[in-house]
Amino acid sequence: MTRLITKPNIAAPDDFYADLLAVHEGLAKAESDALNARLILILANHIGDRETLAEALDAAKPKK
Amino acid sequence: MNQTVETTGKKIFETPLYPYRRSADQEPGARAHHPVVVAGAGPIGLAAAIDLAQMDVPVVVLDDNDKVSWGSRAICFAKRPLEILDRLGCGDPMVDKGVVWNIGKVFFDDRQVYQFDLLPEKGHKRPAFINLQQYYFEQYLVERVRELQAEGKPIELRGGNKVVSVTPKDKGVALSVDTPDGPYTMDSDWLIACDGAGSPIRAMMGLDFVGRVFEDNFLIADVVMDADFPTERWFWFDPPFNRGQSALLHKQPDNVWRIDLQLGWNIDKDEEKKPENVIPRLKAMLGDDVKFELEWVSIYTFQCRRMEKFRHGHVIFAGDAAHQVSPFGARGANSGLQDTDNLCWKLKLVMDGLAPESLLESYDVERIHGADENILNSSRSTDFITPKSDVSRAFRDAALDLSERFEFARPLVNSGRLSVPCVYDGSPLNGPDALEGGPARTRPGATCPDARLGTDFLLDRLGGEFQLLAIDAEVPDSVEDGGIAANAIRVSAADDPSGDLAARYLGDARSAVYLIRPDQHVAARWPSFDEAAVKAAIRQATGRA
Ligand SMILES: Cc1cc2nc3c(=O)[nH]c(=O)nc-3n(C[C@H](O)[C@H](O)[C@H](O)COP(=O)(O)OP(=O)(O)OC[C@H]3O[C@@H](n4cnc5c(N)ncnc54)[C@H](O)[C@@H]3O)c2cc1C
Repeated sequence: MTRLITKPNIAAPDDFYADLLAVHEGLAKAESDALNARLILILANHIGDRETLAEALDAAKPKK
Repeated sequence: MNQTVETTGKKIFETPLYPYRRSADQEPGARAHHPVVVAGAGPIGLAAAIDLAQMDVPVVVLDDNDKVSWGSRAICFAKRPLEILDRLGCGDPMVDKGVVWNIGKVFFDDRQVYQFDLLPEKGHKRPAFINLQQYYFEQYLVERVRELQAEGKPIELRGGNKVVSVTPKDKGVALSVDTPDGPYTMDSDWLIACDGAGSPIRAMMGLDFVGRVFEDNFLIADVVMDADFPTERWFWFDPPFNRGQSALLHKQPDNVWRIDLQLGWNIDKDEEKKPENVIPRLKAMLGDDVKFELEWVSIYTFQCRRMEKFRHGHVIFAGDAAHQVSPFGARGANSGLQDTDNLCWKLKLVMDGLAPESLLESYDVERIHGADENILNSSRSTDFITPKSDVSRAFRDAALDLSERFEFARPLVNSGRLSVPCVYDGSPLNGPDALEGGPARTRPGATCPDARLGTDFLLDRLGGEFQLLAIDAEVPDSVEDGGIAANAIRVSAADDPSGDLAARYLGDARSAVYLIRPDQHVAARWPSFDEAAVKAAIRQATGRA
């Protein structure tokens, strides 16, 4: 990992976490899945850099 | 064909364009020997034969049929094939008849999410795309064959001649051919197999054809209607009239419209293509008040696959016989034309003894690279259009959903990536890229982009032989190496006041010398003329390095 920030980088992490759960509130599973997919695409575009994205994909993979 | 083709509907092209006639080869005791035989008079076989005949290589084309293409097939032809057709002397009728389009619209569910404009680059003789029925495409190629025959060029087209056996020999091949008058045999130094996706010749030789079948069916209909839909490409994901599936509407000449409706995998094909089932589907899509007539209705299953090698000694495969892609992205005929464009000049040099047979190995290298690029693109489009899992559908729908409000998501939407010419990066034929500051798009391996020269176009002056394109540089009239000449084409950046020529060929350089192959690909480039370097590059580009 060289580009992906893996140290804490979000101010007020509890607030962000609560926001993340809040947007899903009241949604059915399929709607939540759709929201997550949109969110991933939005964030990925914001990052843009292919190497960082590749590191993020790798970091998210299930541990073997 | 290996694609499932089942056509109902009426037959519009019943006219035999090259009806069977008995040839002298069939006389008792005759055993003809031909330099080149082409099996198959589809778009690719005809293009190969025209290319060879233009170079005075005698060629015989055999086809078991005698008519142009049957049913709904290719409609979309990109700029590069049109440029190749110009070199083959039949670009004009195609472009004159074809429909030029630039605007595409993408719909998701019940709404349009965005539209795009291909925004074709200026300074090109040919448009980015035309739509033209494959039967016209083939008809104009046959007309070009007739024209060459009238000029006395050595080209023969034999309908009702079915290749039934192929026996590779040390320096050629023996063929048996079945006809309405019974079978006959012949020998040929070379056989170019353009006998389509189901290639009987591939099967006769026991060769592989591996790849992926997409578990999906598409209802492809060509309808004639007087409707005022604009000349645009409309693509729907999950529309109300075809829930969970996709649809396409695209205009062809003569008020014919191509409609693709995705049907899914588990369907009853015979039921689906019955007019009483097709017509309500089309009405739901087009609106109740639109009057239309069905020209063709077929159901297709698509696949992406290729042969491991295209050349097997003196039998060389091209077009769908060598590789097959799903039609999203219009790559089938487009890439087949690039095959023969690549092959014919090499074959001519080998036949003339000016290049070693090993030059033909570069056909495999370059065109397998092209086929892989097409297969990759077509597979990705098909995966987007037909998501294979819940999660891939979720991402697909997310991209479509976002594309309405956010521009960033539009490049992720994939309803077919339209074909662009293949760059032969890493080809063994490529010479030095010694032009400092030269544009990447004209690096060795790339096709020459067009540019306007006064009332003329650059590409009309390129091709058919090796050439030295000098831009504001001194070059001799001709440079020869081992009997292969490169003739000078001299131009100046000032010939093109728009600056396109300079932008496409000079970049930051002030002058340039390009060695151009007969297929209009760049072989090497330098800032100025150096005889030894040019000769070495000619050797490299002809497999003699
Ligand atoms: C629905 C659909 C849409 C498409 N859309 C596009 C598009 O928009 N753009 C594009 O570029 N491509 C498109 N394609 C692909 C295109 O149609 C093919 O790539 C193209 O026809 C291939 O040409 P070919 O000459 O290699 O083979 P074919 O056209 O299949 O020709 C093969 C020929 O060989 C002959 N033959 C077969 N066996 C023998 C034998 N034993 N002896 C003698 N002759 C024989 C046949 O009679 C036939 O004439 C589409 C295809 C389909 C099905």
